[in-house]
Amino acid sequence: MKIFGVKIPMMYSLLIWVVLWEIVGQMEMFLVIPPFSGIVVAIIEMAQAENFHDAASLSLYSFAMGMLISIIVGIPLGLVMGKIPAADRLLGMWVNVFLSAPLSSLVPIIMILFGFGQTTIIVTVFMFAVWIITLDTCAGVKHINPSLLEMGESFGASSWQMYSKILIWAVLPEILAGLRLGLIRGVKGVIIGQLLVALIGMGELLTVYSRGFHMEEFWALILFLFAFALGTSWLISLLERRIEYYAGSRG
Amino acid sequence: MHEWFNKDSIFWRLLSILIFFSAWEIAGRVPISPAFPTFIDTMEGLFRMISDGSFFEKYMITLKPLLVGVFITCFFGITFGVSMGLSDRIDWLGQPVFIVLQAAPVSALIPMITYVYGIGFTSKIIAVCILAMPVVVLNSINAVRNANTSLIEMSRSFQGTRMQEVFKVILPDASPMIFAGLRLGVAGGFVGIVLAELLITPTGIGDLISYHRSVANYAEMYATVLSIILLAAATVRFFERLEVRLFRPEKQGT
Amino acid sequence: MAAETSDTSAKAESIVEVRHLSKTYDGRVRALEDINLSFPKGQLTTLLGPSGCGKTTMLKIIAGLLEPSSGEVFVNGKKITGPGPERAFVFQDFALMPWATVLRNAAFGLELRGMAKNERNEIARKYIAEVGLTGFENSYPRELSGGMRQRVGLARALAVNADVLLMDEPFSAVDEQTRRKFQEDMLALMEIEKKTFIFVTHSIEEAVYLSDQVVLLSRLPGKVSEIIKAPKAAGSPDEIRRDKVYLDTVEHIWQTLRKYLEE
Repeated sequence: MKIFGVKIPMMYSLLIWVVLWEIVGQMEMFLVIPPFSGIVVAIIEMAQAENFHDAASLSLYSFAMGMLISIIVGIPLGLVMGKIPAADRLLGMWVNVFLSAPLSSLVPIIMILFGFGQTTIIVTVFMFAVWIITLDTCAGVKHINPSLLEMGESFGASSWQMYSKILIWAVLPEILAGLRLGLIRGVKGVIIGQLLVALIGMGELLTVYSRGFHMEEFWALILFLFAFALGTSWLISLLERRIEYYAGSRG
Repeated sequence: MHEWFNKDSIFWRLLSILIFFSAWEIAGRVPISPAFPTFIDTMEGLFRMISDGSFFEKYMITLKPLLVGVFITCFFGITFGVSMGLSDRIDWLGQPVFIVLQAAPVSALIPMITYVYGIGFTSKIIAVCILAMPVVVLNSINAVRNANTSLIEMSRSFQGTRMQEVFKVILPDASPMIFAGLRLGVAGGFVGIVLAELLITPTGIGDLISYHRSVANYAEMYATVLSIILLAAATVRFFERLEVRLFRPEKQGT
Repeated sequence: MAAETSDTSAKAESIVEVRHLSKTYDGRVRALEDINLSFPKGQLTTLLGPSGCGKTTMLKIIAGLLEPSSGEVFVNGKKITGPGPERAFVFQDFALMPWATVLRNAAFGLELRGMAKNERNEIARKYIAEVGLTGFENSYPRELSGGMRQRVGLARALAVNADVLLMDEPFSAVDEQTRRKFQEDMLALMEIEKKTFIFVTHSIEEAVYLSDQVVLLSRLPGKVSEIIKAPKAAGSPDEIRRDKVYLDTVEHIWQTLRKYLEE
C-alpha cells in the first residue's frame, strides 16, 4: 500500500495490529488478551528464566534431530521416486496420503511405541517434515529440463557425475522449497508432539501457563514460537532466492 | 491391457496398498513391539468396533464440529480472501496476519481456546477454523490477484463496470484456485478436529483412541488412527477429483 | 492502382488524432515521447517498430486502457478519458474466457452493455459466421486452434459495432501458415466492414501487406520516425506478395529499422 506516494511494506501492517492489541489489552476487554507491553515484558523475563532455557534447548534438540533425519531420508527418497517410475507409483500414493493426513493422530501410537520422551518428539517431527521434502524433491527431478540431462549424456557423464554435477544442482531450488515447508511443518510437529505428551519442553510450559492462567507468559511463549517458525522459514527463503538467482534462467 | 500399467491405474494402487499392508503384517508378527498389532488384528479390531456400533457413533460426534467448522471457514475465508484480493488496503492490513497464522504453529493456541470456551463444541469448531482458515484465505487472495490481466483489460475495453469485471471475469477465473484452497482447508480442518479430539476433550475418535489405549486394545486404537488418516486422505482426494471434473478441462490449452 | 489508393488516403478525414502524447513508466522509463499522429477513417494504419518501442503502449493508450503521462487522444473529435463504445480491442493473447463458449465470448462485449440474451446472441452469430467459425458456436476456446481463437476475438470486437478496431499483434501467437490465411481473410473483411483499423505488429511484411499507412516508431523513447503510405496493390494475395512496389516498400522499411538495431 502507498501512503503519500511512499510504498509501505506489507508486513508493517502488523504494527497496527500490535497497537490495536495494546489498546484492547489496556481496556481489559478480554481476560485472555493482556496488554502487548505486558507480553513484551514477559518475553524479556522469559529469556532469562531457567525453565524456558531448558524447554527451548530440549525442543530445539528434538527439532534439529527430527529435521536431520527427514533430510537424510526425504531427499534420497525423492530422488529415487523422481528417477524410477515404479518407485513413484508404489510410494507416491502413501506420500500423498501422509502429506494431507492429520498426522497428529499418529502421535498417540508413536507415544506407546517410543515412550513419553525425546524420541517421540523426534519421530513426530520426522513424520511431519519428511513427506513434503520427498514430494518436492521428486517433483523437482521430474521437471528437470530433459535437454540438460541429454547434454550430460552427450558429453559422456558417468551416472555418478550425472547425479553429483547435474541432477542435484538442477533440483536444488525444489529441494530448498521442500526444506522450507518441511521446517514449518517440523516446528508444528515439535509443538503438537510436546502438547500431546504434555510432560516435556514447550508443551509443558504452554499447558502450565494456560492452566495457571499466566496469560502474559503464555502469549510470550506463543510469540516466541511464531517468531521462530517465521524466522527459520525466512532464512531458508533467503537461501532460496540466491539459488533461484542462477536457476532462474533454466528452461 | 496397457491401461492397467498406467501411472494412476488400479493395478499400481492395489499393489502399493498390498505391499504397505503386508509390511505392516510382517512387522506385527515379528513383533517389533508388544504394542504393535498385525494388520489382520487391526482389521479385526475395526470390525469389532463397527459391530458394537461405537465406531460410527464416535465418528458422528467427530464429524459434526468438523463440518460446521469447514462451512464457517469456507464462508469467511473466501469472503476475506476475495476482498483482500480486490482491495490493496484490506490486503495490506489483513494478509500479514494470515501469512503469520499459516506459517506459525497455531496448535499452540489450543490450550488457551480450551480455557476460554471450555471443553465443548465451540472450542472444537474454533480449532477447526484456525487450522483451516489461513490456507483458504491466502489461496483466495492469490487466486484473485492472479486473475488473468488480459481478461480484465478485455472487460475494461468493452466498458465493463467494476461489478461486471469482478463477477463475470475475476471470480470465474479465480474459482479453480479458490477451490484448491478449499481442498487444502478441508485437510487443515481434519488436522484441527484431530487436535481438538486429542487436546481439548476426547468425545469422538479421540475417545476411541484414548479408551482403547488405556485398556491396551491396541488393535482398536490402531484401527481408529488408520481410519481417520484414510478418511482425511480420501476426502481430500475426492475434492481433487471434483476440482479436475469442474475446472481442469477449461484450464487446458488456454 | 497504387496511385489511386494513396489518393483516397490523402482525402480521407482522420478519425483518431494523437497529439503530443508521452508516456513515462515509474517516472523513469520513457516509453513514448511527443507522438503526433492522425489515423484516416476507413483505413488500416500499422504501428511498426523494434520490440520495446512502445507500440503496444500507444495502442493501449488509444484504447483508454492506459493513461498517458501527457498529451491527448481524440476520437471522432472528442477527447478520450477511458475505453469507449466507438473503439474495440483485439488482444495479442486472445483474452477469451476459458469457461465460456465461443458464442458467449463473441457476445461478451454486448453482454457487458446489458443487451438481452437473444438479441446479443443473434448479433454474435452473424459475426461468428463472418469470421468463418459457423458450427463452432458451442465449442469452448480450448477446443480451438490459435488461429480460430483469434477469430473469436475478432468476432467479439466486430459485434460491438465500434468505428475503430485496435489490434495488438493479433497474429503473433498464431503459426505462420494460419497467419497468412488470416491476413488474407482480414483484407476481405476490411472490404465488408469499412472500419478503421489500428494495427500493431513487428512483422514488416504483415504491415506492408495489410496497411494503407505504416507508422515507423524508433526505439525507446518511442518517437515517430517515418510515416509511409503503403500502396496497397490489387490482385490475388500471391500476386501482391510478388508485387514490385510491395517488395520495395518492405525493403525500404527494413533499411530504416536496421539503423535502430545497429545503434
